[in-house]
Amino acid sequence: MNHAAHLPLWAALLVAIFLLIGAGLALIGSFGFYRLRNFYDRIHAPTLGTSWGTAAIVMASMICFSVLQSRLVLHELLIGVFVTVTTPVTLMLLGRAALYRDRSEGNPEVPAISTPKGRLDKPQLTKESESVPHNSKNMND
Amino acid sequence: MSKILPYPLLTIFLIIMWLLLTNFSLGQFLVGTILAFIAVQGLAALHPAKPRLRRWDLLSKLIAIVLYDIVRSNIAVAKIILQGSKRERISGFMTIPLDLRDSSGLALLSVIITSTPGTAWIDYNSTQDTLLLHIFDLVDETAWRNLIKNRYEQLLLEIFE
Repeated sequence: MNHAAHLPLWAALLVAIFLLIGAGLALIGSFGFYRLRNFYDRIHAPTLGTSWGTAAIVMASMICFSVLQSRLVLHELLIGVFVTVTTPVTLMLLGRAALYRDRSEGNPEVPAISTPKGRLDKPQLTKESESVPHNSKNMND
Repeated sequence: MSKILPYPLLTIFLIIMWLLLTNFSLGQFLVGTILAFIAVQGLAALHPAKPRLRRWDLLSKLIAIVLYDIVRSNIAVAKIILQGSKRERISGFMTIPLDLRDSSGLALLSVIITSTPGTAWIDYNSTQDTLLLHIFDLVDETAWRNLIKNRYEQLLLEIFE
């Protein structure tokens, strides 16, 4: 029953197409991740895999097992839901960490904090954060 | 009602999730209902802010728009990556002032922005209500601004506020 040879042709074609789309997008995403040279560019590439890359593979799996078991198999949808809902958390964490580092290093390519009423760009704060790594470096030497 | 079942929607989702993970039968339905009930009581003990949906009907429209946009931007970003350095591409940061204040609305917006390839949510400034985005293909800044403001934020404002 659980054998791929029992799939009718139309289902096999659909499954193959979706699998190729999903795998292709994941591959392109990984390739972009390797090729792109800047951190902020690089976080865009894997989203191909987390959006339609995942969705297409999930669809292929749903079609394949629904046809093979002659009932609706939908639990793969949960994979899609959880991947979609949890990627923003990691992406924001990475993005904000990179932004924080670039800002404290004074990288000109990153927009500065624009807070007229904000508390973040007080001079004492930056002095403090700068002095900490210097001290630890001296201790290591 | 609200004491016994504080989050009716979440309860339904948990039961559906349980049924999807196991199989559709009366026994599993009963187990799922008991589990969902316990989980919802646990959540209620934490007193999270309760999201309010004002316009249910617009939610499906938003989902349809976002699914379509994800397909479109997947193709766009895949093309750019495959073309490599043959094509001039400017990527960059962009600050957008937001009118949306509702935290569930913002959470949904962040899911939309991160799951559409080509846009990445970097930082949200809650004192100024500005959003810092990184755009992969920043050719036309006003087009991106229009996309976020008119296509997504407008709908989210109607749904949540």
